[in-house]
Amino acid sequence: MSIEVKGLRKRFGGFQALDDVSFSVGQGELLALLGPSGSGKTTLLRIIAGLEHADAGTVLFDGHDAAARHPRERGVGFVFQHYALFRHMTVFENVAFGLRVRPRAERPVESEIRRKVNELLGLVQLDYLGSRYPSQLSGGQRQRVALARALAVEPKVLLLDEPFGALDARVRQELRRWLRRLHAEIHLTSVFVTHDQEEALELANRVVVMNEGRIEQDGTPDDVVEHPATPFVLNFLGQVNIFHGRVQDGTAWLGPLALEYPEHPHTEARTAAGYSRPHELDISRSDDGGGLWGTVSDVRMAGAVVKFELLDDQRSPIQVELGREQYAQIRAIIGESVYVKPRRVRVFMQEPGG
Amino acid sequence: MSTAAASPSRRSLLPGFRLTMGFTLLYLCLIVIIPLMTLPVRSATMTWEALWGTVSDPRVVASYRLTIGASLVAASVNAVFGLIAAWVLVRYSFPGRRLVDSLVDLPFALPTAVAGITLTAIYAPNGWIGRFLEPYGIQVAFTRVGITLALIFIGLPFVVRTLQPVIEDLDVEVEEAATSLGATRFGVLTKVILPYLYPAWLTGFALAFARAIGEYGSVVFIAGNMPMRTEITPLLIITKLEQFDYAGATAIALVMLLMSFFLLLAINVLQGWTTRRLAN
Repeated sequence: MSIEVKGLRKRFGGFQALDDVSFSVGQGELLALLGPSGSGKTTLLRIIAGLEHADAGTVLFDGHDAAARHPRERGVGFVFQHYALFRHMTVFENVAFGLRVRPRAERPVESEIRRKVNELLGLVQLDYLGSRYPSQLSGGQRQRVALARALAVEPKVLLLDEPFGALDARVRQELRRWLRRLHAEIHLTSVFVTHDQEEALELANRVVVMNEGRIEQDGTPDDVVEHPATPFVLNFLGQVNIFHGRVQDGTAWLGPLALEYPEHPHTEARTAAGYSRPHELDISRSDDGGGLWGTVSDVRMAGAVVKFELLDDQRSPIQVELGREQYAQIRAIIGESVYVKPRRVRVFMQEPGG
Repeated sequence: MSTAAASPSRRSLLPGFRLTMGFTLLYLCLIVIIPLMTLPVRSATMTWEALWGTVSDPRVVASYRLTIGASLVAASVNAVFGLIAAWVLVRYSFPGRRLVDSLVDLPFALPTAVAGITLTAIYAPNGWIGRFLEPYGIQVAFTRVGITLALIFIGLPFVVRTLQPVIEDLDVEVEEAATSLGATRFGVLTKVILPYLYPAWLTGFALAFARAIGEYGSVVFIAGNMPMRTEITPLLIITKLEQFDYAGATAIALVMLLMSFFLLLAINVLQGWTTRRLAN
């Protein structure tokens, strides 16, 4: 099933949780809603599920307005961050719940329920735990039960709210891989909420980045990494160095750096900032243009890369990441002054008055 | 008793087990066990026939029936309305919620005799409410209905206060999960909420019931105390004491003690079951 969200707005008291949000999810897509806490992503997910009402805007399921349908009739499987399992039921009964509460006419017979539940428990690799209670399971196991429970009703859409947020790093990794395999297997339209950019980029085939109730960017993982639409997306998706300056006459003047900036050919100067990721900077001992330099204040060997911290003439830090081979050539030491050559700078002009 | 704590080789890391356990036992002995032990000791001064005669006297048996019956009805009423009250107090926020929350405890704080007198005054045939009920032939004061009413009054906090923390613990997400899985509101209530609250609910019911069985102060005023009809067991005990029939009083008290004991034992078993089932 495809989902289309148009012009959603939601306000909680004085807090604008969603401000004119529109996007769509295609059949079989695995979409991530990525953003910091308070960005409105969970509210958005809950409105799609029908657990929350929007103040304005519509949610369309396959082109039909979902507002007409009660949450229980939307065909949505919802997985909660804290699992929300039924504590007084065994794992088996938890998964069977959605089948048992169907109206009598649609309810499968007991043997069919058994077969189905066991199949799902097999799918989430928990078939040996059917008679346990949720309190006897680990966090990762509980989340898999929650997933099996959501899948039991054969939903047309799977919505996951920070599904791995409460788990430790190793289990999270494992479940992430497992969820991707599962999605490849059953091809269910899925939307998950996360504040972990790594998780979003690794798992989703499309990422919607949110901030303060608005969509900052909607694109493939590659898009948001390589072509971030706003400084916020750049900042949120990883460490970045900021060079402040201005743009004028088609050139960006950022400290000692002068870069072409054809987007602003006017003579009127505007405030701007350039952004470079640590791995987009090089270090050299000779100044071949640019003239940006800094003093090495820290060198750390971090696995495959070497992380430098430099202090420029204003004593503000610049982060640089070099590969092992590059490092072998330069071998800069603490206290040494070196030139910094950006291989890539993304310049964003500030809105007037902003 | 924990053998791990008692054996010197595996001492508990938490210090003070011996001291606190000793204090607990001493305290229970002085306050609960020794006073209660006097009951069987006193009763033992009677012969078996006299004892049986006292506790199976028709007037006494009628009082058991009334006390237990009215207590059961009162506890049941409290179970229903206490559940609703606890739900409202936990789940909704409204102006004056804290005030209502404190009102629930008043039956604990008020001297029960005051409650009894007030209820009698209100529900007597010429009282504020009683005068409107009278034309329909409904008599509350000096009937079993009045007794039950007084028992409802004193039992309410037990159900509400037992259920409140459990309802607070019940995550709204659990209800939302059930709804998104296709359960109707009724299905959520009967398949998710009530089974979850059930053990605590039973505990609250049993506590209210136990309290009602032993209640004296609030009931004697509204009961009218007619032998065979509106005479509760605690009142009979007092009557016997006033006639200096200490042995007879303690014999009846012993029967009540046994009833209370088994009830409280059942509550404890229930609580153990609740914790095991829902342990997180």
